[in-house]
Amino acid sequence: MTTTGTTLTMGRATREAYGEALLEVGTENKNIIVIDADLAKSTFSWTFGKVFPERFFNIGIQEANMVGIASGLASSGKIPFISSFAAFILCKGFDQLRMGAAYPKLNVKVAGSHGGISIGEDGVSQQSVEDVALACALPGFIVCIPSDEHTMRAAVKAAAEHDGPVYLRLGRPKTYVVHEKDVHFEFGRSIQVRDGHDLTIVANGLLVAQALIAADTLAKKGVEARVIDMHTIKPLDAAALERASHETGAFVVAEEHMHHGGLGSAVAQALVAGTPAPVEYVDLGDQYAESGKPDDLLEKYGMTATHIVAAAERVLVRK
Amino acid sequence: MKAASPTVSTAELAQIARTLRLHIVKMIAAANSGHPGGSLSAVDIITALYFGRVLKHDPKNPLWPDRDRFIMSKGHGVPALYAALAESGYFPVSELMTLRQVNSRMQGHPVQGLTPGIEASTGSLGQGLSVGVGHALAARLDGKSFRTYVLLGDGECQEGQVWEAAMTAGNYELGSLTAIIDSNRYQLDGAVEDINSLTPIDAKFESFGWRVIQVDGHDVGAVRVALIQAKESHDVPVCIIAHTVKGKGVTYMENNNDFHGKSPSADQLEVALSQLTD
Repeated sequence: MTTTGTTLTMGRATREAYGEALLEVGTENKNIIVIDADLAKSTFSWTFGKVFPERFFNIGIQEANMVGIASGLASSGKIPFISSFAAFILCKGFDQLRMGAAYPKLNVKVAGSHGGISIGEDGVSQQSVEDVALACALPGFIVCIPSDEHTMRAAVKAAAEHDGPVYLRLGRPKTYVVHEKDVHFEFGRSIQVRDGHDLTIVANGLLVAQALIAADTLAKKGVEARVIDMHTIKPLDAAALERASHETGAFVVAEEHMHHGGLGSAVAQALVAGTPAPVEYVDLGDQYAESGKPDDLLEKYGMTATHIVAAAERVLVRK
Repeated sequence: MKAASPTVSTAELAQIARTLRLHIVKMIAAANSGHPGGSLSAVDIITALYFGRVLKHDPKNPLWPDRDRFIMSKGHGVPALYAALAESGYFPVSELMTLRQVNSRMQGHPVQGLTPGIEASTGSLGQGLSVGVGHALAARLDGKSFRTYVLLGDGECQEGQVWEAAMTAGNYELGSLTAIIDSNRYQLDGAVEDINSLTPIDAKFESFGWRVIQVDGHDVGAVRVALIQAKESHDVPVCIIAHTVKGKGVTYMENNNDFHGKSPSADQLEVALSQLTD
């Protein structure tokens, strides 16, 4: 991963922040119940479980059942947070999320850990690259990918306070800190992390840090890029995009997801409905990745600051 | 119809069951679509629950926190539940005839939050028992005494999620959870035994830590007794295997799998109505 030209410091993994935040909100709100499907040590839901064992259920390797149980708990007034790897909870639990959370609009919070290809060596079966498309296809779901430990903590708090279903994607690797500890966070309200008027880079998850690194590189070439952390894909902050379209006139969207159905699709849809502008995409494309070190994978599959810079240069030609 | 008295007789329950069957065939015929077979097989079970003073519920306050929960996991049988809910006073009986029409609360499969008294959105088979586990856990966490009943089809038990939930309920010793299997022996494409047998289903549930009660699912008095036995069980979940006949009560539908998901014609409806009003 490119690290030159930036003052970013490495923070904790968003999954680790998830566990700590669960503990915080669970201490305040006794209605919060946490369930995991035998990945509690990986998703960090165990951080909650060891303090509140009476409100923590590790139900074993049963993602579909876990979603159904959450549906019943939510129907009886509880606030269940359920976690597993994103690839499992969305893919194996999708029908249950559809029938038991989205359709009845229940207060179920879904945390999919190990999102994207940056989980690394375990390979494609564990790499969730379609979870955003799936989660966005569930009516009424808030879909959110925080970029660092501070926004993850804020997102868990917001999820606990929101009455309705929420999907949060957590990441496995340690992530650069891109926000202040007391960052103002609201679902559906993006955070501009750098101003610029030549183009806008819209990113989420660990690609927000890469976007900032890319913006530094572009600045050295005389290009000022605005960087927006679009942590919430649904509902999307269309107003920020509209503003950016008027003020910068070109976009790069960067995400750790399939090309189809993720942030890129959402941004393009919003721009076309408002003020259209050229867009270039940094994502996985229409394929799966493979085993490898996270940085090697992001490099090979084109999701680094270098790739964002190249996409920016392409889009500026089209502006 | 008034709610049954505490000393409700079996004859009285049988009469209510007959009324529910009349509603079912009429509403499915009016909709010209629906699942009469699996609705009729479930009628006596639902009658015993709703009118045999088994289920603790309040039609005027459907979301009363202390109510017992009833989840119709075999969602295609929902006409039987709609009929029982209407006769209990959750909504007007006249609304039954809007089944499957646009703007109706009588959706083709149960919808939580739309129809008073419906506890879970089902119709994608295999999910209701998990939801029941969630309610039973909530009861335990809150120290509440409400019970949770889940009605499953026998064909539905081919779904793996049923066994995930059965395993969890057994291991957590969810004594407030009762599963009732409407064992009518058929699924859409034919006999359960031929397609993918569940035999022995009693031993399966027992091995997952459940107490099993077998009952004639059309002896409404016996079903009521089984449900009360289950209610008195507090240590482990109970599975009532109700042996039923698909299409029960209408002779040409009984054990005739053509009526799994087909409405009766006008002539057939006349025959059904005459049989049920005899």
